[in-house]
Amino acid sequence: MDILTYTEAHHRFRDRLREFCETEIMPHVDQWENDHIVPRKIWQKMGHGGFLCPTLPAAYGGIEGDFIHCLIVTEELSRTMQTGLAAGLHSDVVVPYIESFGSDEQKRKYLPGCVSGDCITAVAMTEPGAGSDVAGMQTTAVEDGDAVVLNGSKTFISNGVICDLVVLAAKDPAVENKHQAVSLYVVEAGTPGFEKGTQLEKMGWHSQDTAELFFTNCRIPKHNRLGEKGAGFFMLMGKLQQERLVCCMGGVVAAERILEYTTAHCRRTTAGGKPLSKSQAVQFALVEMATEAKLGRTFMEKLIAEHMAGENIIVETSMAKYWATDLANRMANRALDIVGEDGARESCLLTRALRDARVMSIFAGTNEIMKGIAAKFMGL
Amino acid sequence: MDILHYTEAHHDFRKRLRAFMDREVVPHIDQWEADQGVSREVWRKMGRAGFLCPTLPTAYGGLGGDFRFSVIGIEEISRTNHGGLGAPLHSDIVVPYIMSYGNDVQKQTYLPGCAAGDIVTAVAMTEPGAGSDLSSMTTTAEEDRGQLVINGVKTFISNGILCDLAIVAAKDPHETNPHQAISLYLIEDGTPGFQKGRPLDKMGLHSQDTAELFFSNCRIPAENRLGEKGMGFLMLMDKLQQERLVTAVMGISVAEVMLEWTMRHCKKTTTSAGRPLSRSQAVQFALVEMATEVNLGRTFVDKLVVEHVAGNNVIVETSMAKYWCTELGKRVADRCLDLVGDYGGLEQCPLVRGFRDVRVMSIFAGTNEIMKGIAAKFMGL
Ligand SMILES: Cc1cc2nc3c(=O)[nH]c(=O)nc-3n(C[C@H](O)[C@H](O)[C@H](O)COP(=O)(O)OP(=O)(O)OC[C@H]3O[C@@H](n4cnc5c(N)ncnc54)[C@H](O)[C@@H]3O)c2cc1C
Ligand SMILES: Cc1cc2nc3c(=O)[nH]c(=O)nc-3n(C[C@H](O)[C@H](O)[C@H](O)COP(=O)(O)OP(=O)(O)OC[C@H]3O[C@@H](n4cnc5c(N)ncnc54)[C@H](O)[C@@H]3O)c2cc1C
Repeated sequence: MDILTYTEAHHRFRDRLREFCETEIMPHVDQWENDHIVPRKIWQKMGHGGFLCPTLPAAYGGIEGDFIHCLIVTEELSRTMQTGLAAGLHSDVVVPYIESFGSDEQKRKYLPGCVSGDCITAVAMTEPGAGSDVAGMQTTAVEDGDAVVLNGSKTFISNGVICDLVVLAAKDPAVENKHQAVSLYVVEAGTPGFEKGTQLEKMGWHSQDTAELFFTNCRIPKHNRLGEKGAGFFMLMGKLQQERLVCCMGGVVAAERILEYTTAHCRRTTAGGKPLSKSQAVQFALVEMATEAKLGRTFMEKLIAEHMAGENIIVETSMAKYWATDLANRMANRALDIVGEDGARESCLLTRALRDARVMSIFAGTNEIMKGIAAKFMGL
Repeated sequence: MDILHYTEAHHDFRKRLRAFMDREVVPHIDQWEADQGVSREVWRKMGRAGFLCPTLPTAYGGLGGDFRFSVIGIEEISRTNHGGLGAPLHSDIVVPYIMSYGNDVQKQTYLPGCAAGDIVTAVAMTEPGAGSDLSSMTTTAEEDRGQLVINGVKTFISNGILCDLAIVAAKDPHETNPHQAISLYLIEDGTPGFQKGRPLDKMGLHSQDTAELFFSNCRIPAENRLGEKGMGFLMLMDKLQQERLVTAVMGISVAEVMLEWTMRHCKKTTTSAGRPLSRSQAVQFALVEMATEVNLGRTFVDKLVVEHVAGNNVIVETSMAKYWCTELGKRVADRCLDLVGDYGGLEQCPLVRGFRDVRVMSIFAGTNEIMKGIAAKFMGL
């Protein structure tokens, strides 16, 4: 039984993307991990291959795909074991803000570049003092004639160094209600007063150029506001369902990759003259991991189907984000135990998998926050 | 998204069955638990009302329904928070052997009674020395002058006291290949040489009349063999997919029932500070974590049910679901008891029975270790 209905177009898309990953990405991953960033060129190649923003209308250069295309991108990119080319963040998290809330002019100006890979995006909510509590942010946006003046700093911003365009959340200090004070703005790289920090030295996601962003009397045109004034908080909340579903997908596919790798390893590695996979303890571990991976996948696919149907699945999405990212963590840990000393070498993919899985429970809303949201909407 | 695509007929069946349970089952459970068995009466009522063997063809008194009716049956019994009325075992595990492997005479002789509730069935595989490893059973079936003579002991047989008909697995002692030695036999209650023990004193499932069955020179007609001679082991293996799926549905259903109860309890119970328990973040997180796992298990099981109904081979996934959902049931029971606190130590708290009853689910229908072994084997490990 297929929960998701794949078409020929989906299969062809996957085949093309897999080939693209093998030729254009895989050979460079170790380099990117060392560089703590990916080259701009790879974004453009992704774009020209039709793999960025697959759900956008053809008028903007998109292939008018559906959310299954997004799943395929997540799945295929997860095989590359790198996080720098954060296509999911760009296509499925940031660009949808512009598509949903942007004016016609904003869309015409930015979306074609987003699709072609010439305009790489980031979304900046988090601040040194405001992570889970987004409403506690301090960055200000003050109107001054036809301009808006931005002041403040953001941190842990994915694509922070490479980005050409930032969707920025900032507050009108004159509005007291902290939820109604937040608006979203699009800020172009190169705008005077907008500085990027260097890559943060992180435990995981080494090829991802996560960085701090600084705004000092940064003047942007007033028409760079995205959507209604004061509606920023609600726009963020509205889009977080998809962001969390994307994280759930990331968790499940990471778990699947880890399992695939570990199973293959146990089949070909012998101990005491027989393959590791013939040991009952190893078998049970692999079966337990496979069971949880299947549970996660089935739940995820059902949520994707519901999300595509426009259903409100805020409770289930919060559950899925926390469970799937915890799963990836558990799997990475257990896989390392099974693989043993080989697993402790940098050359073992599990080492990177463990590092990269570790932060998934933190971003896009920590797993504690996910449980809090679920509890709230379950009426507890 | 509704994975199961229930029809009006399914919804109607559930509604009527739930009303039946409220009326004919729930009021008697405490008594049955004390009696170590349910009444014969309730089997008849259930059969007369059309709730037994819903998947049997109408010609035999069934509903001609699909396995989704069985799922509803299991869920509604689970809601009553007791495990004594072994209707799912009868309808969805034992009777299907007769339906699949019985000849016309056997079907005509037994199936109408099975559907009506006049014939309660049991399946007897396990022996004191042969549980997981069925091929090591020692009960024998020897041909003698056109009859079969059964000798041996079976244990842990559900519906063992009430059963009117037992499907008994026994070996031809002359066949050396243990797998090819096993055949299945239909043995009626009252056959000379067939003796039932007393209900076993079990940790859980108190109202379930699980018992030992003894066969000493028990003679049955040769035509009471079910299916081909020597095919017993394969028939058992073939039917175990459904048995394990039934157990997975039980596991997830009791987890749902216990969680639902605990959530209500935490909302209406206030702490000394005057706040409902459910306002404590620690309690909320525990409830959310349980609800998450229940959602995951439910979605997985629903999908398996659809695949099973479609006749797909889902042996790996079914083994996974059996172990995972029954473990989940146990985890949920354990954690709910912690959340409820001292009241959860009282026999009157429904969680107490749920906790006891779910505990054995990881053991029967193939232990969870055996499930993992099967999955490993069919995953090619
Ligand atoms: C690799 C990476 C990439 C990221 N990319 C981006 C990005 O592109 N854009 C962006 O805006 N942000 C990004 N972030 C930031 C991320 O969203 C935040 O880290 C996250 O929201 C948590 O905020 P915090 O780290 O400030 O933790 P805090 O909010 O300070 O929380 C600290 C701890 O307290 C817990 N906690 C907080 N509130 C509660 C509560 N009410 N109940 C129970 N526990 C609570 C948290 O769960 C956590 O364990 C990224 C983070 C990482 C690690
Ligand atoms: C309430 C209840 C109702 C039951 N109803 C019925 C019924 O109606 N009909 C019927 O025939 N039987 C019934 N049974 C019996 C049930 O099927 C057996 O208990 C079950 O198959 C396990 O067998 P065993 O108890 O002999 O354990 P054993 O097979 O002795 O196993 C003991 C332990 O060893 C483990 N083990 C065994 N083999 C392996 C292996 N290869 N690898 C790893 N671990 C292994 C098991 O997992 C278990 O932990 C029922 C049992 C219970 C508890």
